[in-house]
Amino acid sequence: MADLTAAPLTTADIRAQYSEMTRRKRLYGGIILVVFVALMMAGFRTADGRNAGSFYDGITHVFDYPSEVLSEASEKAAELPGHLVNFFPALIETLNIAAASTLVGVVFGTLLSLLSTRGMAPWPRLIPLFRRIMDISRAIPEIVIALVLIFLLGGGPVPAMIAIAIHTAGALGKLFSEVNENASLKPVEGLESVGGSWGQRMWLGVIPQVGPNYVSYALLRFEINIRASAILGFVGAGGIGYELKNAMSWGQGRYDEAAAIFLLLFITIVVVDQISSGMRDRLINGAKA
Amino acid sequence: MTILEAELTPATLKQDMERLFLKKKLMGFALPALVLAYMTYVFFAFDMPGLWQRVSWQNAQTLVSDTYSYKTHVTRDNRDASVSVAIEGERKGSYPEGQSPDWVTLAAGAEGETVIDLENGHLVRFGSDSIEYDIPGYGLVRATPTRAKGVQAELPAGDVPEWISVSKNRLAITTDAGRLTVTRNRAEVFRYFTGWELFFFTLDSPYHGMGIGEVLTRAATGEAGAIFHDFWNNKMWRHQDVAWAIAETLLMAFLGTIGAGIFALPLAFIAARNFSPFGPLRFVVRRFFDFLRGVDSLIWTVVLARAFGPGPLTGALAILVTDTGTFGKIFSEALENVDEKQIEGVSSTGAKPAQRYRFGVIPQITPVLLSQLLYFLESNTRSATIIGAITGGGIGLLLTQAIITQKDWEEVAYYIVLIILMVMMMDWLSGWLRRRLIKGEGGKTKRRARADGKAFLLP
Repeated sequence: MADLTAAPLTTADIRAQYSEMTRRKRLYGGIILVVFVALMMAGFRTADGRNAGSFYDGITHVFDYPSEVLSEASEKAAELPGHLVNFFPALIETLNIAAASTLVGVVFGTLLSLLSTRGMAPWPRLIPLFRRIMDISRAIPEIVIALVLIFLLGGGPVPAMIAIAIHTAGALGKLFSEVNENASLKPVEGLESVGGSWGQRMWLGVIPQVGPNYVSYALLRFEINIRASAILGFVGAGGIGYELKNAMSWGQGRYDEAAAIFLLLFITIVVVDQISSGMRDRLINGAKA
Repeated sequence: MTILEAELTPATLKQDMERLFLKKKLMGFALPALVLAYMTYVFFAFDMPGLWQRVSWQNAQTLVSDTYSYKTHVTRDNRDASVSVAIEGERKGSYPEGQSPDWVTLAAGAEGETVIDLENGHLVRFGSDSIEYDIPGYGLVRATPTRAKGVQAELPAGDVPEWISVSKNRLAITTDAGRLTVTRNRAEVFRYFTGWELFFFTLDSPYHGMGIGEVLTRAATGEAGAIFHDFWNNKMWRHQDVAWAIAETLLMAFLGTIGAGIFALPLAFIAARNFSPFGPLRFVVRRFFDFLRGVDSLIWTVVLARAFGPGPLTGALAILVTDTGTFGKIFSEALENVDEKQIEGVSSTGAKPAQRYRFGVIPQITPVLLSQLLYFLESNTRSATIIGAITGGGIGLLLTQAIITQKDWEEVAYYIVLIILMVMMMDWLSGWLRRRLIKGEGGKTKRRARADGKAFLLP
């Protein structure tokens, strides 16, 4: 209340100050907006200039390929079920790659996250090391490892699986360690007081607390990994992506196969998306209740 | 209470507990067993046992040794006895006519002898009609290639060791010091060096082989432009192209992510229950989002590449289309969680609808919006690399090209390091911006933004 002794501000002063502030804020906002729009435009023009076909030529042809594929597929609609059955094993392979790499990634991600969470790590000095390992394995795009491994192991599902698993371990490790930080350390201390080893403390003290969150993240990751394994197939790692590349390289006359693969991939992604989001909802809400 | 107690006798309680425990125990064993069974199935479905035989150790060795070393080829054309020296055997790395590194003494005339010193006493001589390799501890190997009789090799007496392979038309010797191959048409010596060859300047640049101090002095005395020009246009490592490729990849991620945000925001208003009273329209927009997300980015990439051709624009559009679906879903859910009181407050001052949105809604969803945009910006940098490899643009294209040649592994290693640095930098930048921009909104909104963001984030 002592401040009342200072020169009292009149309403006009306050208004002037306020409108001055608003003006300045608007000016800054406007400048940022203009710079941003200019950046977008410049970026677009650069990208357009460096592209093989220009945007304005291409935009009229966006639907050419889909309509070609669709018309051919509808002409040969009778063969579609046969194609779907044909490519089903490839789809299973893609799903297997995604599932196996998610499982492997969860195991290594859990280990890395436990090793890099303060209070749980057995070697606190090495926490930065494990953090860097996670950062690096998260930063490597799957395709890099996959291409190198394809050179070493030949084409097939294994390079894709290893590549996705490495990335998954890094990505999940980071999310898991955020979950771990919110877990209570009391069970761990209790287990330590009765002489539990590090493995027992983690398995019995931490995992039950964080389990639902882990599973929910792993399911999300599984969704992402299906897409990733389809893409890696395209560069030679087997599965539905590989079949798609083959079907496309046959060119016209075989678009019905491409259509069947598009359909399979679309259905799979939508179905897995639905199931996993339902399960995640239940896991998170169940954990809260 | 009496009824409850009557039902829950200790015996039934114990029974219930035991059943529960049994169930838990079974779950505890069944789940790992299931995972194990699945992994076993995958192990055989992926043909892991057969993989061991398919592994190409030869390739692995080339790959690993090539990433940290390079070789210089000294080649003698057996038809006219001319000798050329080239790094990695590439034209762009070849020494100009009559020049050679100091361990190669070129023949003085047509009848002279080229001496290649592989160090530690290993000496290779390209004579006028025969090739000699003096191997310490073994002896002198002489090979005479002729068009009629193939390669005639004279080895010291005794068994041929396994590091020498001799046949009618070919002699190959691999030692620690280097490698010699003689065929009818040519004789070739490889000498291995550690490091990345010609990383800064190629052989035709006057700055090749200069120390860093001298280059700096020269740069200070006005040659900076020329030095940079020689480095920037290095034909071996193509620094200019690489820088452009990285810029293209970042551009794809930036345009795609921001563009998706711009398209998704208005659509999200139509898809949000509390802002769009018209049910069927809401349904249509939502299914549209699901469709965009469901058609994988792979398919979008393939379809768009047909229309726009390879390049960064195609990649940006593929990211844009896929992420419009994802952002639409996230934003519309954020909009449905908006606090109505704030909007009421703004409208109580007589605000028009546009002002209500601007001052009542947008400030509430900005944290979610920004944090998601920044998360995706980082994740899309990685996607842009992958999409670039498929459509042909950016660093992804350079990487696939380098891998397809199957010999430029030092370039592959270089690109991989650049990609990792690029993604980590974007990760750091997006985290920094997220903290800077969202902290300003106050602690409460920050927490909500994180909680909202968590459920969808694609790390």
